[in-house]
Parts: sequence; structure tokens; C-alpha cells
Amino acid sequence: MPLDTSLVRKQFKVIGTRVRRPDGIDKVTGRAKYGADAFAPGQLIGLVLRSPHAHARIKKIDISKAEKLQGVKAVITAADLPDLTGGDRGMRDILENCMARSKALYDGHAVAAVAAVDAHTAKQALKLIKIDYEVLPHVTDVDEALKPGAPLIHDDIFTDGIEPKPTKPSNFCKLAEYGHGDVEAGFKEADFVIEKSYKTEQTHQGYIEPHACLANVSPDGVAELWVTTQGPFVYRNHCAALLGLDANKLRVTASEIGGGFGGKTHVWAEPLALALSRKANRPVKLTMTRDEVFRATGPTSSASIDVKVGVKKDGTVTAAFAELRYQNGAFPFTWAEFGAMTAFACYDFKNVKTVSRDAVVNRPKCAAYRAPSAPIAAFAVESTMDMAAKAIGMDPIDFRIKNAAREGTKSSYGPVFGPIGIGPTLEAAKKHAHWNAPLGENQGRGMACGFWFNFGGQTCVDLNVTPDGSVTVALGTIDVGGSRASMALAVAEELGVAYEQVRCVVADTSSLGHNDMTDGSRGTFSSSMAAVDAARKAIHTMRERAAKIWEIPLDEVEWIDGQAKAVGEKHGNKAPLSIKEIAAQAANTGGPIAGHSEIVADGAGVSFATHICDAEVDPETGRTSIKRYTVIQDAGKAMHPSYVEGQYQGGAAQGIGWALNEEYIYGKDGRLQNAGFLDYRIPVCSDLPFIDTQILEIPNPNHPYGVRGVGETSIVPPLGAIGNAISNAAGVRLNHVPMSPPRVLKAIKDAR
Amino acid sequence: MTASLDTSHLHDVHLWGALRPLVGGATSIPMRAATIRELFRKLSDEYPGMEAHIKRGVAVSIDGKIYRDQWDTVLPAGAEIYLMPRVPGG
Amino acid sequence: MSVKVSTTINGDAVDFVCQPDEPLLDVLRNRLGLTGAKEGCGTGDCGACSVILDGRLVCSCLVLGVEMEGKKLETVEGLADGPKLHPLQQQFIDGAALQCGICTPGFLIAAKALLDKNPDPSEEEIRFGLAGNLCRCTGYDKIVRAVQAAAKEMRGA
Repeated sequence: MPLDTSLVRKQFKVIGTRVRRPDGIDKVTGRAKYGADAFAPGQLIGLVLRSPHAHARIKKIDISKAEKLQGVKAVITAADLPDLTGGDRGMRDILENCMARSKALYDGHAVAAVAAVDAHTAKQALKLIKIDYEVLPHVTDVDEALKPGAPLIHDDIFTDGIEPKPTKPSNFCKLAEYGHGDVEAGFKEADFVIEKSYKTEQTHQGYIEPHACLANVSPDGVAELWVTTQGPFVYRNHCAALLGLDANKLRVTASEIGGGFGGKTHVWAEPLALALSRKANRPVKLTMTRDEVFRATGPTSSASIDVKVGVKKDGTVTAAFAELRYQNGAFPFTWAEFGAMTAFACYDFKNVKTVSRDAVVNRPKCAAYRAPSAPIAAFAVESTMDMAAKAIGMDPIDFRIKNAAREGTKSSYGPVFGPIGIGPTLEAAKKHAHWNAPLGENQGRGMACGFWFNFGGQTCVDLNVTPDGSVTVALGTIDVGGSRASMALAVAEELGVAYEQVRCVVADTSSLGHNDMTDGSRGTFSSSMAAVDAARKAIHTMRERAAKIWEIPLDEVEWIDGQAKAVGEKHGNKAPLSIKEIAAQAANTGGPIAGHSEIVADGAGVSFATHICDAEVDPETGRTSIKRYTVIQDAGKAMHPSYVEGQYQGGAAQGIGWALNEEYIYGKDGRLQNAGFLDYRIPVCSDLPFIDTQILEIPNPNHPYGVRGVGETSIVPPLGAIGNAISNAAGVRLNHVPMSPPRVLKAIKDAR
Repeated sequence: MTASLDTSHLHDVHLWGALRPLVGGATSIPMRAATIRELFRKLSDEYPGMEAHIKRGVAVSIDGKIYRDQWDTVLPAGAEIYLMPRVPGG
Repeated sequence: MSVKVSTTINGDAVDFVCQPDEPLLDVLRNRLGLTGAKEGCGTGDCGACSVILDGRLVCSCLVLGVEMEGKKLETVEGLADGPKLHPLQQQFIDGAALQCGICTPGFLIAAKALLDKNPDPSEEEIRFGLAGNLCRCTGYDKIVRAVQAAAKEMRGA
């Protein structure tokens, strides 16, 4: 019985209500267990020694003194993690990022690790490890890294995407191009051509919980890992592959997760904890410090972008071009390419072209950060679009409506769009009270649009009806922001029972089939699809059981409002059977009642948002404060509106921090200068206003309840919206993110 | 959603930039296939280097809807078929 | 050299032994099993380890365990009255003021410290009162609203 994913529900009983989350009490009483909250009998403390150099050859590592220190139970280096990746470049890069092999590639790159009876002893042991480095020239800036003669980070990167393939290695790992039409001809048709170059600095997801795990490996290869992660199954698969363990013997249990935003999609120190535990034959607890989180996990790219937009006086964009250069950190990936795909995706342009150049630099390996790569590209494009609207004297929303992508538009990344939601968000923005509200002195209003691909992926759900008729649901996607509540709503809706009758838990990797990570805005979209599927299967079984109890054919039993009902004139006197009554007779009707779902949730549908922002710029200090902020985004169907609003507000707040304050600052020595929350300043409560949200509900035809992913798109528009607001407040166009007080002040002074 | 071979249609399969050199530079190629799986099999058979790309991750846009994993998905007659890179999320 | 410390935590007399340089946060988490206070930074910048020490809001990562001698400490574990949640706890749940929840214990303690001193704070006073606590999920919107609702409930308004 394959799941029919097509939209069927229009009327809901519990979906869309603001129920209390099942993990709420644990989280307000301090009982909820996060990564660092687990303890094992006999556990050791693991610590990692990290390179102080941005780029250095490791000539020799002497661990002998550290090993002899009383209380030290294991010391590991790359020698303890042999390369088992069999030529898989991606896995080899993960291995090398976990522990440097011949070279340290960035400040913070792990070079050795110890496990000792306590943290004090482990710290002493780190000091006793002697490493002989040959310091090499380094490069941390993307444009510098792409120049000929730049310090070479890997000698086996030959630019992908150039034909014929270069014979000389470089830091330029990938060239890609997207678009259609003839941009040169298009620019000739334009009345105005706007050109601008932009830079954005590197930012971190900034989850408040540092990475933490408790690893326990036995000599027979059986292992357990308690860990904060967005993907316990992917962590299992990667750790097992890197350590040569059998995946079935490595049981990964996801702790409660203290934020991820993409940063916990990737293994960092977990393989080291497992390797230490294996060597010591003791449980090892390893938690990162905040300094380590900044220096040695996966921030997003810094970038340098050139944009050119040609526009006619009537508002028609005749051509648009962007070249996007992103650094990927010390290992090759395609983050710039995703920027090139998303840059102009909101618009219907006849002639459009993007070129991406991905580079490696001596910085930590980049990871996904909420709609990865898109906010950077959107900052450059939305700033330029605003300048184009100004050049022709057109309202910025009207200008975007005129050029907005719609059903049938050939997207800038290739395919033709189906039904999409950019138009409705723009129309809603235009009608929103915020757009026409009065502004104060030194204040300006800006708006911007954003696009992100959502996706689905492999998903399992196990539903079990207990003997008392209540329902347990085991999920394979971890809960980052209330999804257990949403899944219980889906099951309750489908079964026709009260929300309180359904209890959801997140399963470990030995209890459920493989699940992809909770990323790509997929958690609620795909797990609710699997939950609906599991519930429908359980309903089918319960109808069969009722038919047996009544001794009538299955097709004379219907499931209505949480009960089996016998239909037809013959059965008029039969009282309906509740889940409780059916469950009570399970032993005599065929055994336990369950519904299982193993699916690939595909066809998630792309996502758009429009944001409006009021900024006040202090002309004396250059400090920008956000006075009012509105997020308008399509959710398809908001299963739990409070948590949808929460995603919109949280994404906007992260975008505001990125726009105004947050940046990695590297010194000339290639070392990170601000690896802490004091100097890497994320927004605090007093920095922000209330963030208004407007949830549009244009049902997704590919989900039984019409749900779309909502987690990521809200971080895409803020950088552009704030840049545009600053431009209207202070009369200066900022082209460098973060638009921190010194940069704004300089722009104001330069303009005078 | 599984289709048998006799339901296959001739599609103009659009390729993103990275795949074009593998087919001699064309932006699209004609290919008869009923499902994503059949399309990938035929691409791998006919164009050296394509299999490596598919292993690394290729998504298929069918009339603008992006499929990443469900290779049984049917390619309907007249649908726009567009091969794209597989994008990660945060 | 270990030091023996006698203190009061959430109304209970507690004795513990710790190193002279051991932060209170480590004592709470590793020696006393009170893991409600979280370590987000270890440098007093995130507030996830907030506790109330003799009526004052502090980051427990910046206080030494040995400083606890004879002091009174309140942690998130002591906020509820038996099965009855504190109004702040209930409003955080009802108002969806938490997503991942890692910062929640710190926010609840900081909000309690604020309301202990100022039962009727303005929005601005709430925002500044909670400015020492970082949340990366919510944008603070629903946190501020939950504190407003709890303050109102506690005033009996």
C-alpha cells in the first residue's frame, strides 16, 4: 500500500492548533539531556590538541611524554585513524578534517587528542605533546586564494568545470555557470545598467550548545555514541566508515540538540572520541569549548560578488549577471555554485547568467548554514535590484512584482517553475501595514526577497498502538524546534484521536531504519508524511481487527472519527469500536497493532519569502538598530503555527546578526582573532524588536496536508532588506557585510 | 509510481553546466526513458563520466519539481526534465 | 588540594568537595548532577549557566565552587514547586518561547531574577534584563512575550 502523497486534507481538527510540546516540561525544569549531559561509569575526559598555525607541515609528533603522564589512558594522532576511505574524496576530506595528516590546514585544525581520568590531567597531557611544525605561507581571503601564485593548500585540486582540465593544481576548485538568454545583448537594450561589487564576511551558525558526545567502544567492535547531532544515522554511517566499525554495531543516540542550523550535519570530533575510547577501552566524553566551536567546526563561506543588472525605464530587467566567489574553507566543495543557482531565482529574467568560482583557503571546512550560500548571493542581488528600482524611480515592491518569477518562468538555475509563492509574498508585503507606516528621524525602510530549495529525503516512522489504546511514535528525524509536537498532531489528525493520546520520541539508530539528516527544511515536511503513512497503515490494521471482532468483511468497516464503524443496514446495531477497545483484543485478533513507514519524501517544492525592515542609523556612530521587522513566507500548511512563526523569527534574527555584526576576523598570521561570543557578537534581546510574521498557506500539492518546509528561507532576505533600509536611512549604499558601525560610519563620511 | 518500459517517452533532457562537457557541449540531449532510474542507466551507458556524477549526486527537476532520491518517479510525456546538482541544506 | 564547601542549593543543605580553581558550573554539573545549567561558552558571554547567588544573577562559569561556602544558590532545578511549574516555566511552554531549549534554563533564571526585583517591567526593561542571555533559535520574540505574560500572572493582574 504505497503512500498517496497528494494533497487531500483541507479541513483539520488538530493540525494548526498551538498545542504544548511533549518535551516542554523537561526543557523548562533542566531535566532534558543534551550532548554534554550524559555520564558513563568510568568515563574519561577527551581533549583535542589543535594547530596554532594557519598552514603548516607536520614534521614530527612526539606523544611519548603525554602517554607516560599518570592518568592518561590514550593519546591519538592521525596514525590511529588509518585512511579507510577507499578513494572517496568526500570521506577522505572528512577524515583529514577530523585530524590533520601531513599538514595542518587552518588555525584550530586537530593534530592530536588525549583521554585522561579528568580534565585537569588531559590538559596537562596536551602540553606534553611535542609537534615539530614547518610553517607554510597561508591565505584566508577568497580573492587572494584565487590569484596565481597564492599559497597552494592542496596539490591535488585541478579546477573542476574547466575544459580541458588544468594540469596545474590551484585553490580554484570549481567553476560553474547558470542562466539562459544573451546577457550581452540584454545589457545593450537597457536604459540603465547598475554594477556593484560586494563582500560578505564569514559567519557561524552560533548554536548555543557546543558539540559534545560520549563514546564507548568495546574491544569486540560494539560501540555506542551519545551525541548532539542533526543526523544520528549519518553520524553512524560516517563514524563507522572512518573507524572501520560495522554500522550495525555502532548505536548512535541523538541527545536533545541545542541548535544546529546546519553545523551539526557534519562529524567533527566524534570520530576522535570513538578512536580514544577504542584505544583506552573506556567511555570517553568529549565536549568542545566555544573557542573550538568557532575555530574548528563548519562556518559558512565568506564571499566576493560582482553583480550587473540592466533595466528599462518601465521596470523591465533586460539582463542580469553575477560572478560569485566563495571560499569553502580548507576542503573543496561547491558553496559558490549554490549561490549561483539561487542568486536570481526570485525573478523572471529573459537574459540571466551567473558564474561561480569556488576556492579553498586556510580556514575551517565550511558547512551548511541555514539555506546555505543563498543569503550571501541574495545580499548582492537584492541590493542591486534596489539600486535599479531607484534608478528608474519605481517602488521597490512594484519593481520586484513586475519581474517576479511565476508558474511557467524559466528559473535562473534552469528548470521551469511550477506553481510558486514569490508573487503572493510580494503582494502581501505591499498590502502590509508595515510598508506604509510612518518613519522617524534617521530611519529608513527596506525590503528584500529570498529563495531556497527545500528537500525531503529518506525517512522512517514506527507507530505502535499500546494495549491501553494510546499511541507511541518513534521518529528518525531529530527535533530541533518542536517537531515532536507537529508529528503527534499529524498522527492524531489521521487517527482521529486527541493530541494527548499520541507520544512521539526520537529513536536511536538501532531501533529504526536509516533516516537522512534534519536539514534542508525537511524535518516536518518528510516526517509528517511518513507519520501520516504509518497512521494510515495502522488504521487499515485496526479496520481488519474490527472486522474480525464483528465477523464481517473488511469493506464493511470504515474508520470515522477515531473509531471503527460497521457500515450498511445489516450492522446498524453495532456500537463503534474505539482504538482502546480494538487494542484490548489485539492478542486474539492477530497480535500487536502497528504502522510502519519507510519512504523517500521527494518533491518538497521550492520556497520564497519577502521581508520588510525599518532601520535607524545613528549618523554619529554608524550604529544601526532595527526598529521594526516583518517576515512574510509561505508555509503550505502551518502544522503548529507557533513553531512556524518561531522559524521565521529565528531565521530573521540570525540574518540581522549576519547583516550588522557577525564576522570571522583573521589576523595577518592567519589566526582567528574573535573566537568567542564577546567578540563574535550575535544579537541579544535588547538588539531586536518584536519580529512580526505573516504565514501564507498555499498548500503544497505534494504533501497530504499541504505542508512545505519552513526552516531555512527566512535567513535569506535579511541582509539585503537591512542594506536597503540603511541606504534609505543614511543615504549610503553598503557593499560589505557585516554593515557594522565602523563600515557604516566610513560610508557616511566618504559620502560627505 | 513504477512504470514499465513501454510507457517511456522521448524527452529533451536538459543538463546543467557540469554535465555538458560529457555530451560534447550540448545543453540538452534527446533520451527515451520512463523513469529517473532508466534515464540514469541510459546516461551512464552512453556517456563516460556520467556515472561518477550520478554517484556524487544528481537531482532531477520534473516540470520544476525537484526529485533527489525517488528513482522510480515517472517522467511524464512532454514534461520538462532538467538535471541539477544535489543541494545540501542547513 | 581539594576544598570542602558547605552551601545551600534550592533550599537544601549541600556539602561538596572541589578543586580551588573549579568553576561553580563544573561543580553543579559534574559533582552534584545538576545539569540544568549549561555551558555555552565558559566565559560569561552566553548566560546559559545562569544561577541566582544570594539573590544576585550570576554566570556560574565565572564563580568558583569554593566561593559557595555559606551562600544560598537557586538553580533551574529549584524553580518548580513540586509538580506545580513556576509561572515562567508554564508561560515558556504555552507561548512556545523555546525551540531547542538549551538556553531556556538560563533565561528562566534571568527572568526570575528580573521579576524578583521588578514585578512589572516594561518591554525595554525585559529586553535589557535578558541581554546577558543568548538565544539563537527564537529571535527573542516569544521569550519576551512569555516573560510579560508570566509577570502579569504573578502580579495577579
